[in-house]
This record gives sequence, structure tokens and C-alpha cells, in this order.
Amino acid sequence: MKPFLLHSYLAVVAARFRMLLQYRVAALAGVATQIFWGCIKLMVLGAFYAVAVTTPPMTFTAIVAYVWLGQVLIGLLPWNHDPELQELFTSGGVAYELLRPLDLYWFWFARTLAFRTAPTLLRMIPGVIFAVLVLPMIGLPEWALPPPASIAHGLMFSVSFIATVMLSCAITILITISMFWLIEARGLSTFMYGVVPVFSGMIVPLPLFPDWMQPFLHWQPFRGLCDVPFRIYSGDIPLSMATQEITLQLLWVVVLIAAGYSLISFARVRLVVQGG
Amino acid sequence: MISGLQLFGRLMLIAIRGQMQYRSAFFLMVLGTFLTSMVQAIGIWALFDRFGSLGVWSVAHVAFLYGTINIVFASVDITARGFDTFGSSLIRTGQFDRVLVRPASAVILVAAREVALHKLGQLLQGILVLTYALITLNIDWTPGRIALYVFAVSSMYAFFYAIQIVRATMSFWTIETLEILNTISHGGMETAQYPMSIYKESFTNFFTYVVPLACVAYFPMVGVLDIPDPLGSTLLTQSLAPLAGFVFFAVCLEFWFYGVKRYQSTGS
Repeated sequence: MKPFLLHSYLAVVAARFRMLLQYRVAALAGVATQIFWGCIKLMVLGAFYAVAVTTPPMTFTAIVAYVWLGQVLIGLLPWNHDPELQELFTSGGVAYELLRPLDLYWFWFARTLAFRTAPTLLRMIPGVIFAVLVLPMIGLPEWALPPPASIAHGLMFSVSFIATVMLSCAITILITISMFWLIEARGLSTFMYGVVPVFSGMIVPLPLFPDWMQPFLHWQPFRGLCDVPFRIYSGDIPLSMATQEITLQLLWVVVLIAAGYSLISFARVRLVVQGG
Repeated sequence: MISGLQLFGRLMLIAIRGQMQYRSAFFLMVLGTFLTSMVQAIGIWALFDRFGSLGVWSVAHVAFLYGTINIVFASVDITARGFDTFGSSLIRTGQFDRVLVRPASAVILVAAREVALHKLGQLLQGILVLTYALITLNIDWTPGRIALYVFAVSSMYAFFYAIQIVRATMSFWTIETLEILNTISHGGMETAQYPMSIYKESFTNFFTYVVPLACVAYFPMVGVLDIPDPLGSTLLTQSLAPLAGFVFFAVCLEFWFYGVKRYQSTGS
């Protein structure tokens, strides 16, 4: 086992961060798209709420928070992987990665952390400004992103959000690790593209799914990506339940990191390096 | 001299044969587009399961809209791939010069240069959903309704194809393909999956009078489904509305010719 040098990993995060912040024009187009989609989602859900016969399981204010948080944080969803890590596998460069005096899992974790958070942070700022400030100004205050239900909810949301980022990185790395066996992760990415948006709540808030699906939806890991933090934010998950929900999130983080960690040590023993 | 249509067909066949050389990647991508559009369908299903209906619209009505629009959109994506990648692969590289000196229409040469066969996944998904809608709805297919449906589908095709042409034309000036227009093409498709009547008035007006999405999708489909339109359109407007799609196509094509005339090579 190689030593765990925190400052090395932080340097990796910082370097990747600076590189990824170069793509500003693409980010701007992304923001416009996210805002457009957010508005469509709100109009669709609003139309359903307007004709609802029975009381829906969430208030519309909670829905608005859920939609906007989802739109601005969409880049966190682990449905793709770092294309540069993909290249390491096809070019055989993964051999160099194994030579570094750092633990491979945490080295990749640091890279993935930057890959997930840098573009998201960049896109988040204009998205939040639109959802908080612009919407009330153009006469649509009912669509504006509300503040957290209370300061305590806001604090709990921050804790849960950190768990979300860890969870997202842990899943992304599992996709990367699959390349040890599959050479390229496009197949798995394709599959995740279908699974992650539905089971995280990004497509439709999870409480709106049929009641018979709720027990299953509650325990699966992808819920920790959107549903848990977003509902803590809006107060849809009461404070008394928040600790329990965050514990479940963290439990999945530990399980998935452990899985990734042992898969890497297993894979490097039998690794065949491609190319020359 | 072979006709434009023949040339288009022949070039398409070559493009298809080229794609089939990478078979496993191809099937994965087909599965990908199938899943991506499936995700949207699951969302619609979940909402209808929770709320029952959307006013006069039942889940089968929306499935009818959804299926039709996905089939058309996928068909456009498959056949307009050459315009989709126009900016990055012909303009930035300066390759468009070579296209222009060939003794055939540049529109056809660009259109048939590539084919996005992997969109067959989305096409298949649309067909499945439309089949469900047709079985559930039991539409009385009078000749008038069949004619209106065919008219609407072809005008929808012209409409979405025209947007691809505009996107390509913009790259004469911007060099890169503008992703922002995705909100109109892709966003338009997602918008039209639900009845237009549920959106805000300003939004509906934009997608009726500026970008005639509602004219090619919503209004004629209301006519075919024979449900009272919450927006208050009559059967006459519903039947004539698809004309807007063809007018839109003509305007966009004119914009393309203007762009070609003003084209200055990147010289690389």
C-alpha cells in the first residue's frame, strides 16, 4: 500500500480544475439549455398539478426547488466518465499510471472529483442567478428557486450535498474501472445514461413515481444523487429524518468506494497493457 | 446525368455501408439512443400514473404525440447528419471548397455525406410508443384524417430538417456548429411531446408564430385525435397549419443559399 499524501491529491484536483475551466463558451450554451429545460419541466409539472384530483406527495414549492437544483447540478450526475482516463486504456498509458507513487484509486478519485465539480461549478452560477433573481423580475416568482426551508435545512443540505459529490465520484470511478475488463466504457456509459437520470430523480422527482415502487426507490444508491439533498433543501424531508437519510447516502459511498478499491487492486494483478 | 434523388440515395447507401463496418459500436449506439428516449417515456408514464390525466389529454393521446414526434425527429437526425456535422467537418477544415466545385447540388452532397444510423434506436422506441397509442385509442381513420396525418408528418419532417439546415448555415459565420440551437431542435421535440396548451402563452406564441412548431405538430394532431382544443383552434386551421412547416423549410433553404453565396473559405 502506497502512502496517502493528502497534498498530492489536492494538487491533482487543483491542476485538473484549472484545465477544465478553459471551456467557457461550451459552458454558456449548456447554461441556456439547462434553463430552457428547467422551464419546460416546471410547465409540465405545473400543468399536472393544476388538474390533480388527489393531493400530490410533494408541494409545488418543493417541486420548484427540486427542478432548479437538478438543472444547475446536472453535471454532477455520474452518467459519463473522464474521456482522458478512457484514452489511457486504449493507448496503453495506464501502465504509467501504475508507476506513480500514489495510490491509484485515490489518484483517480482526485481527478474525477475535479472532472465532476469544475464544469458544474462554472455552470451553476449563471443558472442560480437566473432561477433566484431573473425569474421574479420577469413576473414568474412562483417559478423562482426558493431559499432552503430553514437555516438548519440549509446546513443539512450542505452535508448531504458533500455526500452526493462523493457518491457521484465513486460511481464514476466504477465506470472507469470497468475499462480494465471492457477496454472501453462506452457500453456501460450507455447503460448508465438510461439508469442514472431515472433513479436519481432527475427526470421526474422520485416521490411522484407510483407508490408500489417507493420501497425500491428508497434503498437504491442513485437516490443519493438528487432526491435526498434536494428534498432536504426544500424541507420535504423533515429535519428529524435528515440524519437518517444522509447516513444511508454515506453508507452507499462507503460500499461503492470499497468496491472500487478492491476491484482496482484485483485488476492490477491481472492487467494486460494494450499497445506499445 | 442522374437525378438529385438518385444521387442522394446512392450516397446514402455508401454512408450506410461505411457505418456497418463498426458493428459492435453501432449496436451499442443504437441501444444508447433507444434508452435515452425511453427515459423520457418513463417520465411521462410516471406522471400519468400519479395524476391520471392532463385535462382532456389521456396518456394514450400524449403517447400518440410522443410516438409521432420521436419517429419524425429520429428520421430527420438519420438523414440530416451531414448538416449536423457540417461546421466541424466541412467548414473548419475548408473541405466545403471541394464540395462546391462538384457538378451536383451542394445541398444533396452535404445531406448525403453522412448518415446517423444509430438513431434507429430512437426511431424504434417511437414506433413502440405509437403502436401502444394506436391500439389504445382506436382512432376512426377516415380518409380525411389519414391525409391530415400524412400531411402533418411530412411538414414536421420539413420543419426539423430546416432547423438542421439553419444550424449548418450559421457555421458559415461562426465556423463552429452552434449548440445553442439545440434548444429549438431537441428542445422543440421535447416541448412537442406534450400538448402545447399546457405551456405559458408567451411560450406557445413563440413556438407558433416565430418557430412554427405548434403548426406542424400540435394543431394537426388535435385534428387527427378529434379532441376539443383548449387553445380554441378549428378543424380548418388545424388542417392548414402544417403548411407553415413547408414555408419555414423554404425560408431556411433560402438562408442556406444566401450563406453559400457569402461563403469565404477558411483557407486551411
